[in-house]
Amino acid sequence: MSQANLAIEPGIAAHGAHAPGVMEEHPFAIPSSKLVMWLFIISDACTFGAVLFAYGYIRNSAADWPRVFEQASIWNSLLMTFILVSTSLTVLFAVRAAQAEDRAGAFRWTMITAAGGLLFTILHLKEWLSLIHQGASLLHNPWGSPMFGAAFFSITGLHMAHVVGGVIALTVVGLTYRAGRYSARHIEIWALYWHFVDLVWMFVVPLVYLLNMKR
Amino acid sequence: MSQTAKSNSMGSTYFIYGAILAIAVVQVIIAMTMGPSLWRMLLLAVIQGYLAVMFFMHLRDEKATLRLALIPGTLFVLVMMNMIWADSFRLAVMKPFAK
Repeated sequence: MSQANLAIEPGIAAHGAHAPGVMEEHPFAIPSSKLVMWLFIISDACTFGAVLFAYGYIRNSAADWPRVFEQASIWNSLLMTFILVSTSLTVLFAVRAAQAEDRAGAFRWTMITAAGGLLFTILHLKEWLSLIHQGASLLHNPWGSPMFGAAFFSITGLHMAHVVGGVIALTVVGLTYRAGRYSARHIEIWALYWHFVDLVWMFVVPLVYLLNMKR
Repeated sequence: MSQTAKSNSMGSTYFIYGAILAIAVVQVIIAMTMGPSLWRMLLLAVIQGYLAVMFFMHLRDEKATLRLALIPGTLFVLVMMNMIWADSFRLAVMKPFAK
């Protein structure tokens, strides 16, 4: 190993004999915490991929797969997309503010993002309740293949759980950052997660809502 | 970051934001007018996803080694999941529950 590949991490080296001192340079040039978030994201992408493939498998093999979504549901899903994509923008503002050491600004944008996530969840629950009132459940529905409810509620429920988890995480990180115990890196890492939640929704809308639109 | 670079960067961020929203609207319009073709919907979703990963998640700005470590492996797993379709079509065209 050449000397050029060796770097001394100042924070670690300062601790003296108990710390390794000389470390190999990280091949990805990102902090370990960010790498962990990326690894979580790709594993979660595979989870959502598996769920969507399972949905495709069931949908393709069912002779009477229902197409239940009225235009109102489609417009609602578009509004939800607008909200979620807009929160991706606001969380970027939070990251920029945090990198500029603007703690108040970063906190404000983080909370706006969390509020957007909350609004998204409320609209999604409204959609769920509408289907439940029409008779849809995990095992039954009045329209066709009984697997429709299981597929719809599983996919959107898994996504909604991610949104709720993101809202909680962003709130905690925002508050802790404002208190000065977290750095800009923490905001950046959770912003990555939030963008991923947005990314998954971009596949859920066409595959689950638009393909099942009533015609 | 200089002020010009920062404003350019913000400009591209707004552009990507607008592009992702525009694609979402195009998806709905296509679904309502021409019918929701799986391939059209999927292609537009992949474009949206690419923009989000590269520009919002800034994977474009990371080292190539990170992109190589993350993207091919993930795509490989997702492509391999396509092996289920053969059985799905078997269920659709053959007797699903043979006695």
